[in-house]
Amino acid sequence: MSASAAVSSVGSPSAARAPVYALVGNPNCGKSTLFNALTGLKQKVGNYPGVTVEKKVGTAYSQHGQPMPVIDLPGAYSLAARSPDEAVTRDVLLGRRLDTAAPDRILCIVDASNLERNLYLVHQILDLGRPVILVLNMMDLAAKAGVRIKVERLEKELGIPVIPCEASQGKGLIELKLAMSRPDLPLPRHRWDIPSPIAPAVSELQASLLEYDRKAPLSARAEALLLLTDQDSVRVAGSTPLTARTTDILQSWKVRWEGQGVDWAATLVASRYDAIARLCADVLERVSPEEEGPSLSDRIDGVVTHPLWGWLVLGGLMGALFLSIFTLAEYPMTWIDDHVAQLTDAVKAAMAPGDLRDLITDGAIAGVGGVVIFLPQILILFFFIGLLESTGYMARAAFIMDRLMSRVGLNGKSFIPLLSSYACAIPGIMATRTIEDAKDRLVTILVAPLMSCSARLPVYLLMIAALVPGETIPVGTKVGLMLLMYALGTSAAFGFAWLFKRTLLKGEPPLMIMELPPYRLPRVRDVLLQMVERGGLFLRRAGTIILGISIVLWFLSAYPKAPEGATAQAQMAHSFAGQAGHLIEPAIRPLGFDWQIGIGLIASFAAREVFVSTMGVVFNAQSDADDTAPLRQALAAARWPDGAPLFTPLVCLTLMIFYVFAMQCVSTIAVVRRETNSWRWPLFQIAYMTGTAWVVCFAVASIGRLLGY
Amino acid sequence: MSQTIALSQLDLGRQATLRSYPPAGAAFLRLREMGLLPGTRLTLVRTAPLGDPLEIEVRGYRLSLRRADADSILVEPVSPA
Repeated sequence: MSASAAVSSVGSPSAARAPVYALVGNPNCGKSTLFNALTGLKQKVGNYPGVTVEKKVGTAYSQHGQPMPVIDLPGAYSLAARSPDEAVTRDVLLGRRLDTAAPDRILCIVDASNLERNLYLVHQILDLGRPVILVLNMMDLAAKAGVRIKVERLEKELGIPVIPCEASQGKGLIELKLAMSRPDLPLPRHRWDIPSPIAPAVSELQASLLEYDRKAPLSARAEALLLLTDQDSVRVAGSTPLTARTTDILQSWKVRWEGQGVDWAATLVASRYDAIARLCADVLERVSPEEEGPSLSDRIDGVVTHPLWGWLVLGGLMGALFLSIFTLAEYPMTWIDDHVAQLTDAVKAAMAPGDLRDLITDGAIAGVGGVVIFLPQILILFFFIGLLESTGYMARAAFIMDRLMSRVGLNGKSFIPLLSSYACAIPGIMATRTIEDAKDRLVTILVAPLMSCSARLPVYLLMIAALVPGETIPVGTKVGLMLLMYALGTSAAFGFAWLFKRTLLKGEPPLMIMELPPYRLPRVRDVLLQMVERGGLFLRRAGTIILGISIVLWFLSAYPKAPEGATAQAQMAHSFAGQAGHLIEPAIRPLGFDWQIGIGLIASFAAREVFVSTMGVVFNAQSDADDTAPLRQALAAARWPDGAPLFTPLVCLTLMIFYVFAMQCVSTIAVVRRETNSWRWPLFQIAYMTGTAWVVCFAVASIGRLLGY
Repeated sequence: MSQTIALSQLDLGRQATLRSYPPAGAAFLRLREMGLLPGTRLTLVRTAPLGDPLEIEVRGYRLSLRRADADSILVEPVSPA
């Protein structure tokens, strides 16, 4: 065991355990690829408590087989955080988070072909007083661009190990693991001169942070420097606020500098870049690039962001995406459907009839099965989103769409989440994590479920079938009505986004800066891994809420018991759900709905497509998904107590419109709850969406009646 | 003698040197951190299909920023050699 005991003396508090590494770097520098290459499939994905930032921890093995924990921190351009992701990176590195101990050593990865800007973050990290290993990734691209890096010189200047590597090819990994396994790592030697008007303030703040705020001696200087550039650092979630003493010092310096016309933050940034420029002059050698003329990336962009071709590419890609979601997902969906049915039958055969059996089959299995059936679609969407991200196209889609999205106060990054929501709002909402601005992100989450998702399709189809008399539905009517529903939902989403950005979530538009990374071949393994992780995250997070509500909804339709021998239809009418249908009838009567439709509305709160099966029970029509004819006839025969037909064309249309707007999806509610960290927003979402549904349906029903329908 | 113009007024494909940010420009700190400092060379590469946002090249990488933000950034075009 002597090997395991021989760990770093610096930056490792206990000699008994291996050092914990944090992996940091700019976005798009190949950090995830390196993390996957280092840790393989040994990863744990979760969330940082209190924020919706993914927490990834893995284990790398030293040359001697010793496990070394690695925390994959979110990509960041600077420690002066501008987004929740960057705030997590900053807070973990500075040991401010109670849930994650400060790492012992830092693994800093940079894109060697874009060294200057990448070194800015490194430069900040060198101040942290911890051993750092610098990984120069994408050495091949740097060479192609005509950039030679004198690695030994860079090591000497910074005083830390520098490992050139190509993470995507697995090159340099052995050397990296060797460096990581070193029992002792030196502290960075690099010193830079803090500009003269700022230096005394940094010393004073550092002393105060040490003495009064009890910051660690090695990181006090970094904290002091950060106070001067980080607008957000004073109010950090989960950490103790600064002492009045330190705040006073900071304030008095700021007042003094303002009087002298010193822009302290800009001065600090400029002096770091000066230091970086001097460093680069020493270690970079520019030779003529391997290829002359515009790069491949540039040539692709010439097409992809072209005023005409750009739209065609975007439209074509999105069309292909949806086509594949609906065709590819069909097979696994049928498979899941069959197996859920088999499981139900098996349980029914194995257990004595009774409430427990029904609870398991009709409550738990049916409820969870109803969500799992959408998992193929959700996974395919995650896969495509991952693919678009890793190739670099995602940033282009945002670039192209930014202008249009800005009309309603959003930015280009809301485009893909909203578009994904046409298939399913869940991956759409989970994809909003790439939106840095908290308000833009929240607005996108709030309106995403208005995009007509695929679970609404069965409802639309049933209502269209019920709406048109006769056996066959004219294609024109069907397509026209469908398009109308999609258009309604989409315009509502944008309308509400516009409204929310002007009222509820008003604020200065933030500086919209986005890197357009060079195109890269996607790493399918990384994309698949991410897809599985995100899918698992959704199941784990939403699973309990979905299971809970499914059971509640089962209970509502199973109790109280109707007299022995009652049909399913009679049981439904007798149950709490039936009673609730009666209870809400006064509220939905103005829309032209009776209590039986009310049962469907309540039951489909679990998931929209449940409406169809519930109607089957309520109107006692045995039909399956492929053949809605019996149900259609049953609906046509349904009557009000006074004998008037229930499902008039107007009622069918109104019902469709209700489903366009109403928030009828437990899984979405569960995901919004997780993504916004409170019940406030999902409840608000239910209220505004279902409220809108009622108002619009009331207007449609009233106007329709006036017109004599 | 060239003079300063707003970054948003720069011709496509043209190189320029960044001169200044608005005086009350705390919001522009991130652009500085991304390496866009007074004195830095940049090139306006292209605009999005609808004319906004802009794509610029700086320190060998590409950045997109909105016309509205570029309006208040002053640059000095580099005269073509």
